[in-house]
Amino acid sequence: MSTGIVSDPEVPAAVVAADERRAERTDRMVGLVQRQGALAVLIVVVLVATASFPNFRSFDNAGTILIAAAPPALIALGMTFVIITGGIDLSVGSLYVLGGVVSAYASQWGLIPAFLVPLAVCGVIGVLNGLLIAYTRMAPFIVTLAALLGARGLMRALSDEGSTTYLVRSDTFRSFGTGSFLGIGYPVWLVAAVFVLGMVLLSRTRFGHAVYAVGGSEDAASLMGIAVRRTKVWVYVMSGLLAGLAGAINAAKLGSGVTVLGTGMELDAIAAVVIGGTLLTGGAGTIAGTIAGVLLLGVIQNMINQVGNVPSSYQQVISGAFLAVVVVAQTYLVRLRRVT
Amino acid sequence: MALLEVVDVSKVFPGVRALDDVSFTLQPGEVHALVGENGAGKSTLIKVLTGVYQPDGGQLRYRDEPARFDSPMDAQRAGISTIYQEVNLIPLMSVAHNLFLGREPRTAYGLLDEKRMFREAHEILLRYGVTTDVRRQLGTLALGAQQMVALARAVMIDAKVVIMDEPTSSLEPREVETLFGVIRDLHSQGIGIIYVSHRLDELYQICDAVTILRDGKVVHTGKLADLERLRLVSLMLGRDMSAVRHEGFTGFGGDHGGAEDAAPVLKVTDLNSRRKLHDISFAVRPGEVVGLGGLLGAGRSETIKAIGGAYPVDGGEIAVDGKALNRPTTVQAVKAGIAVQPEDRKAEGIVAGLSVRENIALAILPRMSKLGLVSDRKIDEVVRTYMTRLRIKASSPDQRVGDLSGGNQQKVLLARLLATQPKVLLLDEPTRGIDVGAKAEVQGLIDELAAEGLGVVLVSSDAEELVEGSDRVVVLRDGAVVGELRGDAVTTEALLETIAAAAVEAKEVGNDD
Repeated sequence: MSTGIVSDPEVPAAVVAADERRAERTDRMVGLVQRQGALAVLIVVVLVATASFPNFRSFDNAGTILIAAAPPALIALGMTFVIITGGIDLSVGSLYVLGGVVSAYASQWGLIPAFLVPLAVCGVIGVLNGLLIAYTRMAPFIVTLAALLGARGLMRALSDEGSTTYLVRSDTFRSFGTGSFLGIGYPVWLVAAVFVLGMVLLSRTRFGHAVYAVGGSEDAASLMGIAVRRTKVWVYVMSGLLAGLAGAINAAKLGSGVTVLGTGMELDAIAAVVIGGTLLTGGAGTIAGTIAGVLLLGVIQNMINQVGNVPSSYQQVISGAFLAVVVVAQTYLVRLRRVT
Repeated sequence: MALLEVVDVSKVFPGVRALDDVSFTLQPGEVHALVGENGAGKSTLIKVLTGVYQPDGGQLRYRDEPARFDSPMDAQRAGISTIYQEVNLIPLMSVAHNLFLGREPRTAYGLLDEKRMFREAHEILLRYGVTTDVRRQLGTLALGAQQMVALARAVMIDAKVVIMDEPTSSLEPREVETLFGVIRDLHSQGIGIIYVSHRLDELYQICDAVTILRDGKVVHTGKLADLERLRLVSLMLGRDMSAVRHEGFTGFGGDHGGAEDAAPVLKVTDLNSRRKLHDISFAVRPGEVVGLGGLLGAGRSETIKAIGGAYPVDGGEIAVDGKALNRPTTVQAVKAGIAVQPEDRKAEGIVAGLSVRENIALAILPRMSKLGLVSDRKIDEVVRTYMTRLRIKASSPDQRVGDLSGGNQQKVLLARLLATQPKVLLLDEPTRGIDVGAKAEVQGLIDELAAEGLGVVLVSSDAEELVEGSDRVVVLRDGAVVGELRGDAVTTEALLETIAAAAVEAKEVGNDD
C-alpha cells in the first residue's frame, strides 16, 4: 500500500518515493481523462464532421449549433450543480416550458418583465424543491418529479390546455432573441456570460467547494462545519432560475411561448452533464465538461440533420450510446483511481 | 481555570438513558482519557460536546462560562475540534481542499486563493509527516495519511479543545509516534485534549487524567498515573478484579492446533499479485488458527482478499481440501468453502440498513431457494440457530443491524459467513473497534470454531490477540513471508522481534541505495 507518510520503517525510502510518484501520476492521468474526455471526443467528432460534410464547417452552421444549444446549456449548467451535490432535478424541463409561456405573457409589459417574471416563477419552484429536499430529507427524485408534474399543470392552466399561445409583444425582447453581435446570436453571448459566472462560482468560491463537499460526503461536510442544507437549497434555486431563463430565451427566439416543447429536456440535460464527466453519485464534475457534453449532443444532432436521409430520431440513439460508453468509462476510471 | 466543564449532563433516547448525570473537567494543557466499553456513553458525550446533540439536563461550561453548541459548526467556531474514529473527510476532494474546506483563504475579490492554499497546505502537512502532493484526491491516500490530514485540520482552526475518537485505530506505529509528538506539542500550547481509545498502552503513554464511563455514568475520574491498569479495566468492565486477572485480557483458551500430519484444508503456494504480494506460501490444517503478522501494509489484508477472490492475483495456487482454484472469483471462493470477513465492517461487511435476519441470510439465499423462490421457514431456522449459537444480542431478528453495537454487528457478520458452511474462515481484524467484553466473546467464538474443525486465518494488529489466538503465526513484510512462529515460539516478544528484524534488514537495504 502506498502511503503518504515519510520514512516507513519497513520499506526503503526510495521504494516509497517511487510508489508514491507512480500513484500520483496515475491519479493525475485519470483525473485528466475524467475531466477532459468529453472535450477530446467533441474535438474528434467536430474534425470528422468537418471532413465529411462541407456544410458543417460554415460559420453560419456553427452559429446555428450554438443558438440551438443555448437553452439546453443553461439547464445543464444548473443540473451540473445539482448533480455534484448528489441530487437530481427532474423539474427543469417543465420549468423551461412554463418559463417560456410566462415570459411571452409578461413581454406585454416590456423586456425586463419578460426576463424577471419567469425567473421569479421558476425561482420560487426551485426554492420549494430545495426546501423540501434539504429540510424534510425527501428524495430529490420524488420532490422534483412532483415539481415536474405541478409545473406542467400550471403551464397547461395558463395556456388553457395548450389552446392559447401567447405571442411575444415586446419588440426589444423579440430582437434579443433573433439579433446577433459579431455574427453570433445575443442569447449565445448571454449564456456564455452566465457560464463564466457559473465556472467562477463552482471552482473559485467557498460556495462552490461546499457544493463538492456536500456531494462527496454529506455527513463529513456537515461535521466539517459546511452548511449542508443551505447549500442544497441554493443549487435547486439556481437550477430553477436557469431553467426559467432558458425558457425566456427560447420565447424570445421563437416569438411565442410554445407549450409543446420541453418534454424530456431534463433527461437531455442529465445526459449532457454525465457525458461531461460529472459523477452521477455526486462529489466530482466540472462545468467545462458540461459545455463539452452539451456541444457534443448538439453537434451530433446537427450532423444527423446534415446527412439528410437519416431520421433525426437516430440522434437520440447515438446520444444514448454515447451516454452508455461514458458511464462505463467513468466506472472504470473511478475504480482505477481507487486501486492505486 | 477549567477549560471545559461538563456538569451533571444527561441525555435520554427512547428507552435508553445514554448519559446519566455525567460530570468531568478538562484543564488547559491536559490530555484527558475518556474510556468505557461500547455503549458506555462515550460517543454520546462527544456528540454533546461537539453540538451534534443537545443535553437533556445539566450544562456545559466552556472557559468558565455556560456554553451551548447548536451545531458542529458552532462548536468549531468556539474552538472545539473533533477527529472522528472513521476519517470524516471528503475522499473525492483534494487534500488541500479538505484541509481548508469552509475557511479557504480568499483573494481581495472574495475568490479562493488556491495558490496560497496549496502552499500552506503543503507546509502544514509537512509538520505531520505527510509529504504527498496536496492536489491529490484525498481518497487515494493511505488511511494513516488521511487521519493525519484530519488531525491537521482539527488543530489548525485555533482549537482550544481537540477531541480525538480512537485516532490511532488506523495508524502504523511510526504514525502513532508522529501523532503523539503533535499531542505533546498541543499540550505545551495549553490546548486541552480529550483522548478516546481502547488501547491501554497508549493511554498510559500519553494521558494525564482519565474519566471512566460505564452505562452512561461516570464511575471514576482522576489522575491516570494513580490508577493501576488492572483497576482501570475492572472499573470499565464493572467486573471483579480477581475475575479480570483470572480471565486474562483476551478471551482465547489454550492451544487447539490440528494434528500436525493432517492434510491442509487451505494451501496457498507462491501467491503473487502485482506489486503487493510476492510468493506467499502457507498452509492451514483443519482445526488450526494461523495468524498473519506484520505491520500495516505488509500485505496481510491483500493476502486474505486474494484468497477470497476479491483481489487480483497474477500467479500462484490456492487449494482448498487439495482441490486447486485458479484465480478464484468471489463466487468460486464461496463455493469452495472459503469465507472472508473483511477488515472494514461497515463498508465491506454488514448492510446496516437491513435486518439481522436479512444480513445473515444474504450469502445463503441461493442455497435456501427453490426455483428462485426463497423459503422463509428455512431461513428463520438458520437465523435462529446462529443467533443463539453466537449469542447475538438483538431485540429480534428484524432489528436493523445498524442499530446494534459493534460487537454484535461483528457476530452477525460471522453468522453470515458460518451459514455458508465454510471450510476455511479468513478473519481480518475481527475485534477492531468493539468493546472489551464483546472482544473476549468473539475471541472465544474463534476458538470454538477452530475446535469444530474449521481452518482459520487470523489477521490482527493487536499483537496480544494474534499471539494468544493463533497456533502458528506467519509473519509478512512488504508482501512476502519473512518468518513463521510455531509452538512455544508463538509469543509477543518473538513476533515483535521477527517484525523488527525484518525492519532492520529493510533499513540496511535502504541505506545501500
